[in-house]
Amino acid sequence: MLMVLGIVLGVVIGVLPGLGGANGVAILLPLTFSMDPTSAIIMLTSIYWGALFGGAITSILFNIPGEPWSVATTFDGHPMAQRGKADEALVGAFTSSFVGAIFAVILITFLAPVIAKFALRFGPAEFFAVQFLTFASFLGMGRGSAFKTLASMCLGFALASVGLDGVTGTLRLTFGYDELLNGFKFLVAVIGLFGIGEILSSMEEGLSFRGAAAKLKMDAVIRTWRQLPKMGFTFLRSCIVGAWMGITPGGATPASFMGYGLAKRFSKNGRNFGKGELEGVVAPETAAHAAGTAAMLPMLTLGIPGSPTAAVLLGGLLIWGLQPGPLLFVEQKEFVWGLIASMYMGNLVGLVIVLTCVPLFAAILRVPFSIVAPAIVVVCAIGAYTVNNSMFDVWMMLVFGVMGYFFTKLGYPLPPLVLALVLGDQAESSFRQAMLSSQGDVTIFWHNWLSGSIMTLGVILALWPLVSMLFNKKGDDAARAAA
Amino acid sequence: MLTNTLKKTALALAAGVAVLAAPVAAMAAWEPTKPVTFIIPAGTGGGADQMARFIQGVIQKNNLMEKPVVVLNKGGGAGAEGFLEMKSSARDPHKIIITLSNLFTTPLGTGTPFSYKDMRPVAMLALDQFILWTNVEKNYADAKAYIDAVKAAPDRQFKMGGTGSKQEDQIITAAIEKQLGDKHFTYLPFDGGGKVAVQLVGGHVDSSVNNPIEAVAQWRGKQLKPLCIFDAKRSTYTDKVTDDMAWSDIPTCHEAGLDVEYQMLRGIFTTSGATDEQVAFYVDLFKKVMATEDWKEFMKKGAFNQTFMTGPEFDKWLAATEAKHKELMQGAGFLAASQ
Repeated sequence: MLMVLGIVLGVVIGVLPGLGGANGVAILLPLTFSMDPTSAIIMLTSIYWGALFGGAITSILFNIPGEPWSVATTFDGHPMAQRGKADEALVGAFTSSFVGAIFAVILITFLAPVIAKFALRFGPAEFFAVQFLTFASFLGMGRGSAFKTLASMCLGFALASVGLDGVTGTLRLTFGYDELLNGFKFLVAVIGLFGIGEILSSMEEGLSFRGAAAKLKMDAVIRTWRQLPKMGFTFLRSCIVGAWMGITPGGATPASFMGYGLAKRFSKNGRNFGKGELEGVVAPETAAHAAGTAAMLPMLTLGIPGSPTAAVLLGGLLIWGLQPGPLLFVEQKEFVWGLIASMYMGNLVGLVIVLTCVPLFAAILRVPFSIVAPAIVVVCAIGAYTVNNSMFDVWMMLVFGVMGYFFTKLGYPLPPLVLALVLGDQAESSFRQAMLSSQGDVTIFWHNWLSGSIMTLGVILALWPLVSMLFNKKGDDAARAAA
Repeated sequence: MLTNTLKKTALALAAGVAVLAAPVAAMAAWEPTKPVTFIIPAGTGGGADQMARFIQGVIQKNNLMEKPVVVLNKGGGAGAEGFLEMKSSARDPHKIIITLSNLFTTPLGTGTPFSYKDMRPVAMLALDQFILWTNVEKNYADAKAYIDAVKAAPDRQFKMGGTGSKQEDQIITAAIEKQLGDKHFTYLPFDGGGKVAVQLVGGHVDSSVNNPIEAVAQWRGKQLKPLCIFDAKRSTYTDKVTDDMAWSDIPTCHEAGLDVEYQMLRGIFTTSGATDEQVAFYVDLFKKVMATEDWKEFMKKGAFNQTFMTGPEFDKWLAATEAKHKELMQGAGFLAASQ
């Protein structure tokens, strides 16, 4: 019962942008102090699963990511909805979420101690290598020009550098505004760029949702599932990428981007990505869930949270008198296995709940635009406000909305900007930590096989567009024109 | 009851929860008329966050206050975000904040226009300890052996991991370096105490000055080894934490010939416009929190130095501690240009 309640709550939380899983868990945490630890954590993790599922819904229907990790889901999920395939996209997203999560749980069940040890190998150099790989897997993959991708990414880096610099402890680019101390909030930017930007574009196109006229067929589940087995490789790839990122702990957001990027590069249908390809929904969702689930592992075994939600859960563990760390698996067997069992159950129950609701969600698109649009703007504004309880963020959201609109108009891709905004400062501090520890020697990134091989892979991926351009006269000319 | 005098905010309506608890009229004339916001000037998962969320749990579990407590992380700009919020809402007594050393280090290090005098001190709950940790596999017998190894190695070869930059961890590192002669550590800043402990276990740094609660799990897991505690006296907790050691078995750094002492304030402040009555209410509230068994257990787990202070005594301590930070940071060259 607690589990169902938790999942439903989580889905609601996931749907509301701004009110992320971390906030939801934080708000409900005090309510659970009177329960025994095992049922409390089951309830809270259910909220977490629910939020992971729920994030996909608004991404697909309205192009508004409810959670940071569902940004990548919008790339193909929303075009699918526009083509009248919202139900298929939703079923695909939920199913792949489930597959990703179960893969990670199985991994945790059997390999927890081994994996925990592997996570310890990650120092600053290794972290930077992984982040570099994420950026590189994105470069030059857009349908548009690689230079536009690069430009968009660089703007993202610039935005990410605002606020306190963690390495030197000084403030950057705040221009005396206290509101900028914390930098640009990722969620505010995303809500604005995607949500408000989308509303602006739709208004221009005649105040209606494309694809709204789609017929709702009840066989969506079966129809979608029939298409999935063909994507076995995408599932597997995203599962591995996701689990890896969750453990290391890169988190669900970069995992979803990387899952999408790699699928685009290696899939047969890669060219159609961005136009509404089911595989483009499957790849990021699988990776995000595998990562979100795997993120629980470092929390339990090492005491470091792999995601903000895990961080709040960690606070909960301490209050219940459980000390996360290497000994948790030995001293609190019942709790740990109860939690792992709840991961299996929670995901299964979650899948059933959300799948039965698919027609309901898809039906939202039939509501006239003039009613839904103001509601979306209000929900976006509330979302931006709750991130930090400040009106300033709501204005920022509007600014980002206008920016998102122009980006779309001018053919600059938004994803690289978002990616740079979310990973930029982490990558920067890892790079500088690595530089500090090697005293300025760049070869530190190749000092062992782990970071060395990731880095090399990253460099190859980054140079890929350049290389293919050299082989391609036309591409070469385009490069000169763009330069 | 004098609550009427404070009904300037209509928001009180929004909080019509928890009327079941018997009004504890005897303790203080003033009581919150709306939910109390408990600000944490740091991110989730750190020491201050753990303590604040724990306090929230204790208050709720034992019905110590009629109105609920809302915990809010405002860690931007090394905590400046939270402190500036306190400063700007001087007239709202429904806000309290938990402090860490960034109460002093952030304004000094970043030049943020803020001082602890912009808030009203309520009480010191405890002092958090710092311990010099190394990886068990490196097998340093004691603090002296480790310091000797640092002295014998080339300059900056040894890496010290810590939380943030120009904050308590780096201040302690600078203080240790003063005793090393011409040798230095390479200081690597990370964004959380838990992360530092894990980097130390992974061998990416050579030592850390983690708070006890940040590294106790790894100590019990036989991955980290405590060398010495940066306090004048040894810890008073004698219960075994690992198979053969208690917190009290860790020698002080003085014993090891390292004359460095540093502790961090875990205290509560409210806004500067709060009246004596309002402060008295919070002091009383926290006395009740500290009387619970849960609190005592929490103190023991984190090996906190249990010192309770309030009123003029606390004011004096704050002034002295700020001066000490200024001196330490000046010595290390951490002061912002505007200071």
